[in-house]
Amino acid sequence: MAQIEIDGKQVTVADGSTIIEAAEAAGVYIPRFCFHKKLSIAANCRMCLVEVEKAGKPLPACATPVIEGMKIFTHSEKAVQAQKSVMEFLLINHPLDCPICDQGGECQLQDLAVGYGGVSSRYQEEKRVVFNKDFGPLIAGDMTRCIQCTRCVRFGQEIAGQMEMGMAHRGEHSEITTFVGRAVASELSGNMIDLCPVGALTSKPFRYSARTWELTRRPAVAPHDGLGSNVALQVKQNRVYRVLPRDNDAVNECWLSDRDRFSYEGLYSEDRLNKPMIKEGGQWRECEWKDALEYAANSLNLIRQEVGAEQLGALASPSSTVEELYLLKKLMTGLGSGNVDHRLRHSDFSADAYRQGAPWLGRSVASLQELDRVLLIGSSLRSEQPLLAQRLRQAVKRGAHLNVVHVADDALLCRVAHKLIVAPDALAQALAQVVKALGERAAVDAEVQPLLAGIEVSETARSIAASLTTGENRSVLLGNVAQHHPRYALLHRLAQEAARLSGAAFGVLGEAANSVGAYLAGALPAPGGLNAGQMLATPRKAYILLGVELERDSYNGQQAMAAMQGAFVVALTAYKHRAHEFADVLLPIAAFAENAGTYVNTEGVAQSFRAAVAPRGEARPAWKVLRVLGNLFELDGFSQDNAEALTSEALGNTPLADKLGNALRPGMNLVLDKPDGGRLQRIGEVGIYQTDSLVRRAASLQKMSAAPRAWMHNSLLAQLGLSEDETVTVRQGDAAIQLSAACDDTLPAGCVRVAAGHEQTALLGGLFDEIRVEKSKGQQQTAEHTPS
Amino acid sequence: MNMSEKVILHSLHLDRPWSLETYRSTGGYDTLRKVVTEKMPAEDIIAQVKVSALRGRGGAGFPTGLKWSFMPRSFPGDKYIVCNSDEGEPGTFKDRDILLYNPHQLIEGMAIAAYVLGAKVGYNYIHGEIWDAYERFEQALDEARAAGFLGKNICGGDFEFDLHAHHGYGAYICGEETALLESLEGKKGQPRFKPPFPASFGLYGRPTTINNTETYACIPYIVKHGGQKFLELGKPNNGGTKIFSVSGHVNKPGNYEVPMGIPFAELLELAGGVRDGHKLKAVIPGGSSSPVLPADVMMDTTMDFDAIAKAGSMFGSGAVIVMDETVCMVRALERLSYFYFEESCGQCTPCREGTGWLYRVVHRIEHGQGRPEDLALLDDISGNIMGRTICALGDAAAMPVKGFLKHFRGEFEYHIEHGKCSV
Ligand SMILES: Cc1cc2nc3c(=O)[nH]c(=O)nc-3n(C[C@H](O)[C@H](O)[C@H](O)COP(=O)(O)O)c2cc1C
Ligand code: SF4
Ligand code: FES
Repeated sequence: MAQIEIDGKQVTVADGSTIIEAAEAAGVYIPRFCFHKKLSIAANCRMCLVEVEKAGKPLPACATPVIEGMKIFTHSEKAVQAQKSVMEFLLINHPLDCPICDQGGECQLQDLAVGYGGVSSRYQEEKRVVFNKDFGPLIAGDMTRCIQCTRCVRFGQEIAGQMEMGMAHRGEHSEITTFVGRAVASELSGNMIDLCPVGALTSKPFRYSARTWELTRRPAVAPHDGLGSNVALQVKQNRVYRVLPRDNDAVNECWLSDRDRFSYEGLYSEDRLNKPMIKEGGQWRECEWKDALEYAANSLNLIRQEVGAEQLGALASPSSTVEELYLLKKLMTGLGSGNVDHRLRHSDFSADAYRQGAPWLGRSVASLQELDRVLLIGSSLRSEQPLLAQRLRQAVKRGAHLNVVHVADDALLCRVAHKLIVAPDALAQALAQVVKALGERAAVDAEVQPLLAGIEVSETARSIAASLTTGENRSVLLGNVAQHHPRYALLHRLAQEAARLSGAAFGVLGEAANSVGAYLAGALPAPGGLNAGQMLATPRKAYILLGVELERDSYNGQQAMAAMQGAFVVALTAYKHRAHEFADVLLPIAAFAENAGTYVNTEGVAQSFRAAVAPRGEARPAWKVLRVLGNLFELDGFSQDNAEALTSEALGNTPLADKLGNALRPGMNLVLDKPDGGRLQRIGEVGIYQTDSLVRRAASLQKMSAAPRAWMHNSLLAQLGLSEDETVTVRQGDAAIQLSAACDDTLPAGCVRVAAGHEQTALLGGLFDEIRVEKSKGQQQTAEHTPS
Repeated sequence: MNMSEKVILHSLHLDRPWSLETYRSTGGYDTLRKVVTEKMPAEDIIAQVKVSALRGRGGAGFPTGLKWSFMPRSFPGDKYIVCNSDEGEPGTFKDRDILLYNPHQLIEGMAIAAYVLGAKVGYNYIHGEIWDAYERFEQALDEARAAGFLGKNICGGDFEFDLHAHHGYGAYICGEETALLESLEGKKGQPRFKPPFPASFGLYGRPTTINNTETYACIPYIVKHGGQKFLELGKPNNGGTKIFSVSGHVNKPGNYEVPMGIPFAELLELAGGVRDGHKLKAVIPGGSSSPVLPADVMMDTTMDFDAIAKAGSMFGSGAVIVMDETVCMVRALERLSYFYFEESCGQCTPCREGTGWLYRVVHRIEHGQGRPEDLALLDDISGNIMGRTICALGDAAAMPVKGFLKHFRGEFEYHIEHGKCSV
């Protein structure tokens, strides 16, 4: 600790603190632009100059470490003169047109100019003009306003992991720009808008639509990945205008992924369902809530009486709230059906009977940064969990080894220590190699041991094992691809063993905002009930769908759509989507921001939020809709009058932590089959901006989302006699669609990567099932399922 | 004062002075061999360098022995030495001649430095616009490697040192030592904030010592003859000889290696005096960043760090720019200000914004558009740049303005009042 004096105040601060940190601790504000607590120190703006006793010249507070006995003056005549002179320099070439600048009212330069700027300018020459570049659909650049603080540049280098912005040229001609002609593509790019202290980088979707002082800030929780980023919704006249991060070092720090930041645009999509509708005699008509609900309840009751409650099924989105999922389960139980599930993209449920708790991250989110060794299995982490990828990047920067077992070799934008990239049907084999290699150092569990016979351990697997047995903090993490995989139970068991053998924490990355909450709320089949896979493989007579866009949210969209044919379907949905084609009753529900509720994030922390705006049209919060349905069925326990009452009922009184757990009970029937080399396999992970209904309708993000293509290794292209960019026919089951062929030599052999969640690929088959690719005969589409 | 003793440019009269053969014939590399084979203690060499009062020839005049003692020699892992041959300061052209005419002495000096500082690898960063000098140096490196003065087992001992040449692209800022390191690492040449200094966080984050070409080239002499002899060539606290690049209005512009502390009048005479029929008006004594001094002040001073500082300027790199009475001081400053405006790296606010502003105001005055408040404005702008930037380029841009205004304010006032020149 060092004892210093700031503006006459004695303060004790940690050794090595900078003056700016020390001042903050003492409650003294020092003006700054380039300094940012999460970025490296650049000391280039010079706004933070302060006077230090015995120093000949003013020193930058952000970059100067304190030393014992230092006397600092932040407001002395000398300090203020230096600060004012820097402000004068900053303003000479800055446009003085705040009224037409989108940053007006939330501009740090504007704010500080009030305190440090002159009344009029002594600069009489022409001002610098910088031509704008196109940074893409999300960020608008007004580069004449840039003050060259390089926060955006450092963000790219240090946080996003890719340097997309740089300072070209020098001196007065310096300008911040992307690499010649390129748009910004990072999944974290929006943070540069927040970081930019002036109006140089602003939000393209938001700009010129409102002034910050007109907007009300409402706290909320982001509805996409498992992190549950804390956001502030900026609202005016019942409309969300912008989404900003709320600082929370335990969750998202001060960052947001672009998905969480820009998805609000999807609230205002044309596709919103605004009124209840029922289909009668093949015709849709809008109706009153009462009619729709009665019609739905009567029809469901009739079916239940005629064919039995086991013919009812309920499928819910894991982006639904704890309260909604809980009521759905309660409703189904009341109706006598155990057929409830939220895991639509899963294809292997065989671990269900052995699960002992809700799958979760296995450690805190913040502690990911302190990891020394990581094994990441079956995860396209940057698109699944953009900010968790960022946390791991920081760990790697500290020296952590990141090891990867996966089906594709996408850049994680940090150093990967060792990786095994294999076809989906060889994923379990690859993981088994690692387990076997770990078994060379410790005894493998008797249940797993037999699987390892005949497994040949590669050098890479051995290196991964070696890496995992060193370092202090270790985690084995299972991603979405592993969870959706047809051999998920096996992968889970092997990963669990790898973690046990290496003394690592075992984590399952929560796919959606409320995946963990869905387990806790019981949105799962009751004993004897059917899981999502069974409900779709053996069609029911009636379904209740909660917030799902079945064709794009399922493991096998084609199968899901087929299951709906001939069934009576009640869809609680915020969007019309294809429910029009198969549903019988459409009940408009509140979307993100319009709803109160709770999400439990991947680390098992419950975060409740209130509605920030009223639902669109006649939409109602789904929990209220479910409550009315319960009452219509004359079931008990559907009289909660607020979401809070429901929350405690749903989550109970035991600490959530006690209900989390990834370890599977012993006794599972495990088989590790050899990869079947003969057939082509699809790698069908969900595109970053295709994860859920809201983001799919966010116009600007959709412009960032590349159209799906049939990606494959160049040898496969050759083998099939195809050339790059050629239109090919891709088939799974009955569906055939036209895509353009593309070459990616990092893909494993025998695989065709066709992203899921897109409208174009919605009706293909299973995400990791067999796929066929052939030359297109002519350009017309060949199957009736082909979407228009 | 021994005018004939040369430390660096001593072999110009010989055939192909740059060749290894010629260098060897003057006893070249004998000192390195002695150091290596006798395993001379590094501390002893540093002590001699301290005694010699060798001060950095790159501009700042920092005592070399002291700088070397900052290097954590026993730090395990990579350490580097770097030579700064970026020579971009207007008026300075001495390092170029060292590279062209005595490259082996630089190599020997760097090899001894590497021995002392515990570096196995060194780089010489050469200005991008002196290609012939770069090629000449590469040639010398080849010769030295072939003869076993670079590489493994130098002079048969267990000392190992590799030296590489790297050419820049002509940006002045890359002469600033930390910008040079960035550039050498393949990044944009922008100075780093200091501390940390290169001795603890240098090239690739490793301990690094950076010296100027001329500084290294003095080392073999100091080690061979002892620090005291070198010191005695010059003045106390200003040891050795110095190569002055004399340019401007003299009859014989060029490089002159003479003892430190030579009276300016004598140096001027060596350079053939002010061009015929003209008289001395002013001198920029240490390269374009040093404040200009009027003729009478210069004629009373000697040429060494301490004397020039006392006279109100900076010894700098030893570039002496001589101006006669035909020079318009406003125009001269305009040209200098333009240089700094163009060469600012643009990283920090006062320099990026201030250098352009300075230039534009001086330009306006020169072009008859001056305003009465402009001189006070120039005082303010330069004052607001001085001491407030990341690197010394800001100071280098501000100091000439202060110098010109201090000694020749009248000429500026005349320009403003009459819209034209008084010269
Ligand atoms: C803008 C600027 C340009 C510089 N250019 C050079 C140069 O061209 N050559 C040089 O040796 N030193 C130059 N320097 C000084 C170096 O930063 C450094 O002080 C020097 O190389 C140290 O070597 P020395 O101690 O041997 O002088 C420059 C400094 C600044 C601020
Ligand atoms: S003083 Fe000038 S050259 Fe030096 S770092 Fe700052 S902007 Fe760059
Ligand atoms: S905040 Fe310290 S220099 Fe920018």
